[in-house]
Amino acid sequence: MARFIGRRLLYLLPVLLAVTLLTFLIASLLPGDLAVTILGDQATPEKVAALRAQMGLDLPLWQRYLLWLWDVLHGDLGRSFRTGETVLSAVGDRLPISLELMVMAEVTALLIAIPLAILCAVRSGSATDRFLTGLAFGKLSLPPFMVAILLIYLFAVSLNLLPATGWIPFAEDPIANIRSFVLPALTLAIAEWPVLMRVLRSDMIATLQEDYIAMAKAKGLRPARILLVHALKPSSLTLVTVTGINIGRLIGGALIVETIFALPGIGRLLVGAIYARDFIILQGVVLFVAVGFVVVNFIVDMLYAVLDPRIRHGRA
Amino acid sequence: MNDTPLLSIEGVSVSLPTPRGTLRAVDGVDLALPAGRTLGVVGESGCGKTMLSRAILQLLPKRAALRGRVMFDGRDLAALPREELRRLRGPELAVVFQDPMTSLNPVLTIGTQIVETLQAHLGLDTAKATQRATELLAEVGIPAPAQRLRQYPHQLSGGMRQRVAIAIALSCEPRLLIADEPTTALDVTVQAQILDLLAREQQRRHMAMILITHDLGVVAGRTDEVAVMYAGRVVERAPTPRLFKHMRMPYTEALLAAIPKLDSAPHTPLPAIGGRPPDPTRPLPGCSFAPRCKYADAVCEHTKPALDDPEGAGALFACWHPLT
Amino acid sequence: MAAPRGAVLDVGVDTSTVAPVRRQRRVGGLFVASVIWIALVALGAIFADLLPIPSPTDMDMLGKRALPSAEHWLGNDVLGRDVFSRLIYGGRISLTVGLLAPVLGVTIGGALGLLAGYFRGRLETFITGGVDVLLAFPPLVFALAVTAYLGQSIANITLVIGVLGIPAFTRVARAVTLSLSEREFVTAARALGATHSRIILRELLPNVALPLVAFFLLGVAVTIVVEGALSFLGLGVPPPAPSWGSMIGEGRESLDIAPWLAFLPALFMFLTVLAFNVVGDTLRALTDPRPGAL
Repeated sequence: MARFIGRRLLYLLPVLLAVTLLTFLIASLLPGDLAVTILGDQATPEKVAALRAQMGLDLPLWQRYLLWLWDVLHGDLGRSFRTGETVLSAVGDRLPISLELMVMAEVTALLIAIPLAILCAVRSGSATDRFLTGLAFGKLSLPPFMVAILLIYLFAVSLNLLPATGWIPFAEDPIANIRSFVLPALTLAIAEWPVLMRVLRSDMIATLQEDYIAMAKAKGLRPARILLVHALKPSSLTLVTVTGINIGRLIGGALIVETIFALPGIGRLLVGAIYARDFIILQGVVLFVAVGFVVVNFIVDMLYAVLDPRIRHGRA
Repeated sequence: MNDTPLLSIEGVSVSLPTPRGTLRAVDGVDLALPAGRTLGVVGESGCGKTMLSRAILQLLPKRAALRGRVMFDGRDLAALPREELRRLRGPELAVVFQDPMTSLNPVLTIGTQIVETLQAHLGLDTAKATQRATELLAEVGIPAPAQRLRQYPHQLSGGMRQRVAIAIALSCEPRLLIADEPTTALDVTVQAQILDLLAREQQRRHMAMILITHDLGVVAGRTDEVAVMYAGRVVERAPTPRLFKHMRMPYTEALLAAIPKLDSAPHTPLPAIGGRPPDPTRPLPGCSFAPRCKYADAVCEHTKPALDDPEGAGALFACWHPLT
Repeated sequence: MAAPRGAVLDVGVDTSTVAPVRRQRRVGGLFVASVIWIALVALGAIFADLLPIPSPTDMDMLGKRALPSAEHWLGNDVLGRDVFSRLIYGGRISLTVGLLAPVLGVTIGGALGLLAGYFRGRLETFITGGVDVLLAFPPLVFALAVTAYLGQSIANITLVIGVLGIPAFTRVARAVTLSLSEREFVTAARALGATHSRIILRELLPNVALPLVAFFLLGVAVTIVVEGALSFLGLGVPPPAPSWGSMIGEGRESLDIAPWLAFLPALFMFLTVLAFNVVGDTLRALTDPRPGAL
């Protein structure tokens, strides 16, 4: 197990380094002078030159990268030149909201996907199976922002059951806090479940053909135990990978959903930074999200080992 | 053989739809097995012996169609509600599959896989079930059983895994054990150990056993009766000593000849059975073995011989030209 | 997971010895309907200027959110612009971005994948490593960030989404090439002394092309969605050019009084994306010998 983690870590480091480089390059190589952006078009060339020197913008690219990386490694991702807030504190304030949203969404998606996938696998080829797989396929063409519009129209405008926008801190009013998350989380869950269901369904169908399932039946185990323990666990490897890969899509979806439902999370911070042309915040958030994404995928790889003892013991 | 049979298979046929048409895997088989006795089912791969075992266990693939009755202790298993069938599996009926690599769940520990069986049927609490599981592993000859309980199947050798599978099958003291080619996937050196273990436990527990194999040598001395299958049908059936002393069916003779003998001179060519079994989706009008049989004539090709006991000696065979 | 085990006899032709051929399979009514829908949207997009419809950007200040009439078939939007006309012109933008961006992805990604799969070794490590780095960025975040720096324009959006598609095409091309490189016809060409470029262009490319085309169509569907999302946020195609995404975004403001202003472009976009998914998935099933492959 330790060797397995070690090998994965060895691969993680160069990828992380490349991610920082790419983030830096996107922000540095693209046209536009950061000093001009900050000071505005009317600034005198002297002022611009002074700011460039102060920010180190006149140094060679590789030096700037190393200086920036040095700061990043020391936890200094910069400071917004508009609000003066540091990237770290801005992200820290908004991260819990995005995490709450994504966890609620993913849990809801799994709660929808797993039972439906089991149902489809057990009755593979039946009318139920064909209907649900067809529905999942159709749903793949309905992006989150359309789902959001539909849900807002249905639950907020027509039925007036849930708030369409806004966010109330949990400490202030827990129930209102949860209510403000229902529609955004549901939007993301509706976007996620079809992918999860399709993957789990096809793996389950393969697993149910295995000898050890026949063996479990021959042992006279209850059907629920056969499905949930003997079949679901070995079938969930791909599900875990896809859940991990989908975190990228989930972050993208959260970005849109936070903007639509006015949830002050990371996504809204990013979009806001773009609207305000606050490039330091933008760069910091992109780096934070990309690194977080790589680390989450690393953790997903580790989960693999927990699920499959063959990998844990270094065989597969 | 005049005890009331524990298991009696009456006119069982299994057909499977395939892209080439319906495949008749088992074709009108009758068998009976009294409590505490052993039956060997022998035949080449594809002869329907595994499908027959799955039909007894009611573990046929979803698309397969079963006809006939599988009477176990006076009840037709094929007509039993699912929940009643589930209660029978384990304490009454148990099975050991061919390949212990695939028949044990790779992601559950050995302990879990034994304990869950005990808990499903005997209502033991976890501590008692674990205790019993340790005893069972010791009974099937696994050293350091308490440690093994925490291990996963891939950490054990093939022979050890098959011992675990046997321990699981024996865990609820079944009255009938079906062993479906239990040694085919194992190293030659452990095959005899596993067969002896099965024979010992069968005697000790006085349980009935069906031993399915492609090797006539395996059933000799380990079974009371032998049924030889070919192309989905039983073609010869007799008490084991009688079968080996006086076999009637040319196919059985060919099977026996195919076993390598230690006392032959080195480099003696193995007398393999020429030709291949008939296409199971295209049944022949006559005897299925006729195309490969050296005694076959026009009658064999046109009329199917019935499984019969013309001498009333308890030795049945389906052949127009039995060996004498 | 092991291959499904069953009692089915394998009577099929051994496909590994035959050079890959397209298998015949019946296509359903859904496939035909999808092709027809794509054709309609495409014809509308191409001949939009010739159609007898009002300009998509002319504002009729007196006819804000007007109901359908003989003059405005589907009514007007919040600024009094003709909805039907905007839907047609929106299709032009969706299809332009939707087709051009995957072309970029399939060209670069396909080439990288072919080279990685054929030459293996260091080149492959380098290419797959680069792909992993690009995949480390959540696509929408990457697209937003880069358009923010580059500035909003159709060309920039196409470029960004195209680059984002490269990893996926690289992976598909590499996987297919890897499986093909071991086949007899490639070994035979190699044994006959064919040059690398000849093997890649004459033997591998024609066989890699088919799965890539299927994947290309799925890429079109994804691209239309991403462009829609960017425009929905007001960070995609700059106004006043009509895009389905920005129409949905604008319609959202009047969801309570005129919900169709959001739902009509949403329906157009959904049907178009669905149609590309159906066609792409059908082609993928035809070219992919592995059942249920992701």
